[in-house]
Amino acid sequence: MDELGALIQGFAVVLTPTNVALMFVGITLGVLIGVLPGLGGANGVAILLPLTFSMSPTSAIVMLSCIYWGALFGGAITSVLFNIPGEPWSVATTFDGYPMAQKGRAGAALTAAFTSSFVGAFVAVVMITFLAPLVAKFALKFGAPEFFSVYLLTFCSFVGMGKGSPFKILIAMALGFALAAVGMDTVTGQLRLTFGQSELMRGFDFLIAVIGLFGIGEILLSMEEGLNFQGKSARINAKVVWETWKELPRYWVTSVRSSLVGIWMGITPGGATPASFMSYGLAKKMSKTGSKFGTGEIEGVIAPETAAHAAGTSALLPMLALGIPGSPTAAVLLGGLLIWGLQPGPLLFVEQKDFVWGLIASMYLGNLVGLIVVLSTVPLFASILRIPFSIIAPVIVVICAIGAYTVHNAMLDIWFMLGFGLIGYVFKKLDYPLAPLVLALVLGDKAEDSFRQAMLVSQGEISIMWANPLVGSITTLALLMLAWPLISKVLHKIRPPKVNPLAAQQPVD
Amino acid sequence: MSDKEASPAGDGEDGGPVLARNCTVDAVVAAILLVVGVVVIIEARRLGAGWTSDGPGAGYFPFYIGVIVCISSLGILWQALFSKSRDTGPFVDKLQLTRVMSVLGPAVLYVFAVVFLGLYVASAIYIALFMIVLGKYSAVKSVLIAVVVNAVFFLMFEVWFKVPLYKGTLEPLRFLGY
Repeated sequence: MDELGALIQGFAVVLTPTNVALMFVGITLGVLIGVLPGLGGANGVAILLPLTFSMSPTSAIVMLSCIYWGALFGGAITSVLFNIPGEPWSVATTFDGYPMAQKGRAGAALTAAFTSSFVGAFVAVVMITFLAPLVAKFALKFGAPEFFSVYLLTFCSFVGMGKGSPFKILIAMALGFALAAVGMDTVTGQLRLTFGQSELMRGFDFLIAVIGLFGIGEILLSMEEGLNFQGKSARINAKVVWETWKELPRYWVTSVRSSLVGIWMGITPGGATPASFMSYGLAKKMSKTGSKFGTGEIEGVIAPETAAHAAGTSALLPMLALGIPGSPTAAVLLGGLLIWGLQPGPLLFVEQKDFVWGLIASMYLGNLVGLIVVLSTVPLFASILRIPFSIIAPVIVVICAIGAYTVHNAMLDIWFMLGFGLIGYVFKKLDYPLAPLVLALVLGDKAEDSFRQAMLVSQGEISIMWANPLVGSITTLALLMLAWPLISKVLHKIRPPKVNPLAAQQPVD
Repeated sequence: MSDKEASPAGDGEDGGPVLARNCTVDAVVAAILLVVGVVVIIEARRLGAGWTSDGPGAGYFPFYIGVIVCISSLGILWQALFSKSRDTGPFVDKLQLTRVMSVLGPAVLYVFAVVFLGLYVASAIYIALFMIVLGKYSAVKSVLIAVVVNAVFFLMFEVWFKVPLYKGTLEPLRFLGY
């Protein structure tokens, strides 16, 4: 049990007064971000990333990952009380959470949501504790072709498992790669796609893109609706929490199933949103009270929340072990690692033991702290949503501008952010997915490097992608994923599928 | 555009006339992306998309990226213009566009102001004006909130986390000594 020893050491690293304080700060900021429209996990972490430049990497990742947990928790508050999903992955929580609030059971719904979030995350962290070192050990043997095939699989999975037009997924991805290529070529030193503009030499930073696409884009979208919040008030006291907790063990099957769905969807880049929908759908199908789903069943809150949190947490496994993030937020955290001078990937487990196990330990503690913070402060955060949008909107634009500026201390980045905001708004309205774009922008250079190295080894022969069983099977799986939209079309012709009424409500993520 | 017959240019639900339909905007965006794709391909070829003496050239990877962009945008263009199932729902109606512009317009002006006045001063003015003009708040309350918010930012960034923010070419806050 090497892992347990390492984990205990990790706890020792994390349990300093400073780090515990940062945990509370991170969770509070995270919930705030999750509750506010326009700020979400990915861009919230991106905006706050510069604040951590002067910290040690361990303290920094503790705070940032806690912001992430906080944002995951925060999404549930708006879904249950206001019927407005703060994050795309909490859309499914509104189906039963809001009806529960309407029936006056808001406290129970929130307790169930937070507790199942915690359970989902906990199961996922246990999985990471034991699986991540194994994956990393395995990946140490990877060469350039293997890495490129994993990148390929990551991006093809978006096409195979994504919702909406495969063309749009492909183009979002390719656009990300094209933007990543702008600037100095790392191998030849040539300037690419800069068109003689020296400001473009640095290229596009994905943090700016994240802040613009998710932050400004979201504000424009919310403004379009002319938001006026009509919320239910929530009162959580110890009695409600206790009553709900007594009720929860009855639904352990749902919890286990949802955790597994979440873990699977989180490791593969399916993401938290599809995980929550899938889990809700499964629970509806398998539950005894399935026909009552949508009218305020507590099981309908447990299922999506457990899965979303399990997926959000599991997304960190490929990020840590392979250096390939499973979600935009994990991508931002990965960007943070690079800025602090750490090279994500299998070597991290060998060279930066303290850091890795500190992070894993902080996942355990962070979620526990998160549960305590959200259960005790719900009314406070709910009251933030009652601040009129005409105050919130300019403040969020200002926060985004500050975030964009601090990344490189460059004024031009604020303009880029505004541009990305406009792109984000239009793309979101036309159902272009943003996650593949962001991931491609982050991984662009690394994917290209591994591709070039692979090609260099084989002298341009594409057959190297099938040179051994491992790389061959990953590549084949990737191509299968890429062709999945076509395959499923053919399958539908042969055997018409049952119409899934939930699918229409799932947002393109 | 061939979407004229799709539905009469009627009113949106309650937001005034629909200014653009999804398939129209889809086609326009796809056309723009097609241009982007072509530009990437041309640039990649200029850089050397082939095999150089020491391996794949700088344009090797971007070339294929450009090809993917072009193929996909043609696919979207085709779907948006000729597909039977294209989405003729409203993209934006007049009321929505007014609302969006009421955020976007001031935001652009705000970034212009940042260039000269720096982040703090421009942000304070932006928040105050936004509240007065769009939120119909009293001037005193708006200015107070704007100043307090920016004072908090100032303390957080300059004092606690020691991250200096942009002060503008005119440096109106020079007297503070930061």
